[in-house]
Amino acid sequence: MTAHLESGTHEVIPARGGLDQNWRKLLRYGGLLALVLVFVSLIGMPVKLDSRIVVEPYISMGYLSLLWLPALLGYTVSAEKVLEGMASHARGAHELVAGAIVGLVGGAGLALLIWGLDTRDLSDPLVNWGDNLLGLLTFNETVGYGMLVWLGISTGLGLLGGLLHLLPRTATRAVLTALLAVFLVSALESALDDISEGFRLEWLFEWLFEARGGLTPKGAIAVAVVAAGYVVFGRSRAKAVRQRYDAMPTVERTRANAALLVLAGVAVVVLPMFLGKLTNELLANVGLFLLLALGLNIVVGLAGILDLGYVAFFAVGGYTTAILTSPQSPGLSPELPWLVALVVVIGMATLAGLFIGAPVIRMRGDYLAIVTLGFGEIIRLTVRSDWASGLTGGAQGITGIPGAGIFGVAEVRGIDPQAVFYLVAFFCAVAIYVSWRLERSRLGRAWMAVREDESVAEAMGINTVNVKLMAFVVGAILASFSGAIFAAKVGSVFESSFKILVSIVILVVVIVGGMGRIAGVIAGAVVLIGVLGGPNQPGLLAEFSEFKLLIYGALLVWMMLKRPEGLIPNVRRSRELHQEEFLQDAWLRGQVDADEEGNTTGGATA
Amino acid sequence: MSGERLLTIDSLSVTFGGLDALKNLDFHVDEGEIVSVIGPNGAGKTTFFNMISGMVAPTAGDIVFRGESLLGFDPNQVTARGIARTFQNVRLFANMTILENVMVAQHCRTKQGVFGALFNTPGFRREEEEIRAHAEKVLGFFGTRLIGYRLHQPASVLSYANRRRLEIARAMATKPTIILLDEPVAGMNPKESEELTGLIGKLRSEWGFTIVMIEHDMNVVRDVSDRVVVLDHGETIAQGSFEEVSTDPEVIEAYLGRPVEGAS
Ligand SMILES: Nc1ncnc2c1ncn2[C@@H]1O[C@H](COP(=O)(O)OP(=O)(O)O)[C@@H](O)[C@H]1O
Ligand SMILES: [Mg+2]
Repeated sequence: MTAHLESGTHEVIPARGGLDQNWRKLLRYGGLLALVLVFVSLIGMPVKLDSRIVVEPYISMGYLSLLWLPALLGYTVSAEKVLEGMASHARGAHELVAGAIVGLVGGAGLALLIWGLDTRDLSDPLVNWGDNLLGLLTFNETVGYGMLVWLGISTGLGLLGGLLHLLPRTATRAVLTALLAVFLVSALESALDDISEGFRLEWLFEWLFEARGGLTPKGAIAVAVVAAGYVVFGRSRAKAVRQRYDAMPTVERTRANAALLVLAGVAVVVLPMFLGKLTNELLANVGLFLLLALGLNIVVGLAGILDLGYVAFFAVGGYTTAILTSPQSPGLSPELPWLVALVVVIGMATLAGLFIGAPVIRMRGDYLAIVTLGFGEIIRLTVRSDWASGLTGGAQGITGIPGAGIFGVAEVRGIDPQAVFYLVAFFCAVAIYVSWRLERSRLGRAWMAVREDESVAEAMGINTVNVKLMAFVVGAILASFSGAIFAAKVGSVFESSFKILVSIVILVVVIVGGMGRIAGVIAGAVVLIGVLGGPNQPGLLAEFSEFKLLIYGALLVWMMLKRPEGLIPNVRRSRELHQEEFLQDAWLRGQVDADEEGNTTGGATA
Repeated sequence: MSGERLLTIDSLSVTFGGLDALKNLDFHVDEGEIVSVIGPNGAGKTTFFNMISGMVAPTAGDIVFRGESLLGFDPNQVTARGIARTFQNVRLFANMTILENVMVAQHCRTKQGVFGALFNTPGFRREEEEIRAHAEKVLGFFGTRLIGYRLHQPASVLSYANRRRLEIARAMATKPTIILLDEPVAGMNPKESEELTGLIGKLRSEWGFTIVMIEHDMNVVRDVSDRVVVLDHGETIAQGSFEEVSTDPEVIEAYLGRPVEGAS
């Protein structure tokens, strides 16, 4: 797309006048903005997040939860795709007015809410309706003041959103990156606190952050300037490095990859030593979910089997470990060492994979998803039932699970999150290696073929039932590792830790990261689990935990609509899109047999 | 020219909810033959292929390949026994590379599993080498079009004609005895279809495949077929050499009795 814009083959016609607007569209966007603002206010985000300061004393995450919306919609109302060969208008007052009007309508919605909060009491169905919200929205001034200020703020932010269309591309990018950087740095406050202590950088931390939380104004400005500076000066250099990497011959690239891998490995080993308990605990949780996500990535991303009951294998790993190692497990209690139990865990996970896989594997698509969803719950309810409680402890669960002894070298348990992290990191490395090797093997290719078109894969000689069962089993084993570590870390297992929600969260991690892409899955786990938190685990933004599911859901819907390829898209997919554009361009220019031509040029280089 | 009897089809019938897609079809192929199946649209030709390849189960009759009945086999078992096919509506693995499309088709001829892949055993490496070498050999059959830099491009970037070629390459890669080609030149221009006609001849002379081909393009049918079978309304209405069949009054009636369409 950008290539088209830069080549400038599209025609630009003069800007439209400021009042020459599509009023219905503006009203629609404005109405949407008003609804979202009121919705966000009423679910309690501004009040709950007000204690989390972004820049002291100016702005909190509570206000931010409202402020970004007018800017976003003010921008999107005038966003349009510029198509090859189509005319598009120059940008000007039209965009500014559109953004401002959308903001104004949204602000009016909020003003109406303020008026309602003041005059009525709807706190019965709407629990957040009340003086707290009113106080926040009126800045503890009069109602009229609050209404006017919000009208002004919303209009102004809408206008700024529209203004983004008028700025040059680099400037837009610099502004957005700077804002995002300020937000991220403030979101990472507790982790940065921890890291700065490890690296003896307390002075920097104290300069950046207020003692009672939030960036200092000068800190915020510094962060913004550095981020914007990177966009303006550093980006082209980063791009050049990237291009040089892409242009490397295979041998050299393998060497570069190996170097990067070693570097990443060293970072994973060294970094935790400088981190405090809190950050290590966070990393350990990220690792546990990453391990699950890597396993699910094989099932969903590679083999294309939408398994919604994946948590069952996590539970199998956790409970098998608990029963075999804990002296307090009610039925069987052999008190095996963790590593010995792990061997049994692998066996149990394989059995569970075959047991759940065999009946569902012959189904396809939606049916399979629904049945796996059911199986996931069946496993949990069985564990909880009276019938199994002699073995699993029912709702009381199993407690007293000892730590994981590693050849007498270390005893990994929850009170030492750093050790847990190393253990998890080791298993994640194993999972990454397994995914990487299998993807490039006979089995991995068969998985992809099944994902692409199951009937054709079958007709090409692939026993799809076997191949899909293999995916199920490999995924099950990886999930059970995570379960085994989880049990040793927490020291107890309860069926409530293995609800459907876990399956959903892992699936969101895989989808948001980019299905079938290992780097994407890692990014997805770090961002989602690290920042927002897992189903029962707090993330960096602990204040968000109430809204975690809402955000996960919204993110999933948005991803599916706008960016189905995930955060870090599959190289293959983007290359393919690029190729099609290339062919299309060639066709537009009247080069009929683009294929043959590509052939001769390609033949020369190959 | 023809050798041992490979495939015998005995009064095969299939009904789709009351519609007789095939009725009492008798058919046979000998080793080294090129047989064309022609007939108007909706005559049941593709259904006939689906039945041989195990994707649709017949309601009556028998399919015998090398003395073994194929009834009740899954498609992958049929392919493993040596019958490969292409699809009329090209069905490649669009997001896999060209090389991978052909490599994956050797699945039933290879056997390395998880262990070999994880530990990169000598056996695994040798087999991967062989799979890759065979894939490149098969792709090389179509000249330079599908090799070189193309190997690592996704199948979805290919032109229509090249997609058809890749379909054939994929079927060849399963190391079959018989290849079933469903309208291999549909959508190709005259130059391309003439070239492919030559290649179909070579599939037999150089690779030793026996070929059953559904085709609408009578030039192609005339040039390569040893024998032509004409289907109409699910029944065989004529069989024999191209000359015999093309002068058969019933065949002319079948083609003239309704609007003749070029492809599909
Ligand atoms: N799976 C199916 N279900 C129902 N009807 C089918 C199915 N497959 C094919 N048919 C019908 O069988 C007839 C023969 O189709 P087909 O074999 O595709 O014809 P041809 O390939 O000769 O053009 C058509 O009337 C078609 O609609
Ligand atoms: Mg057909």
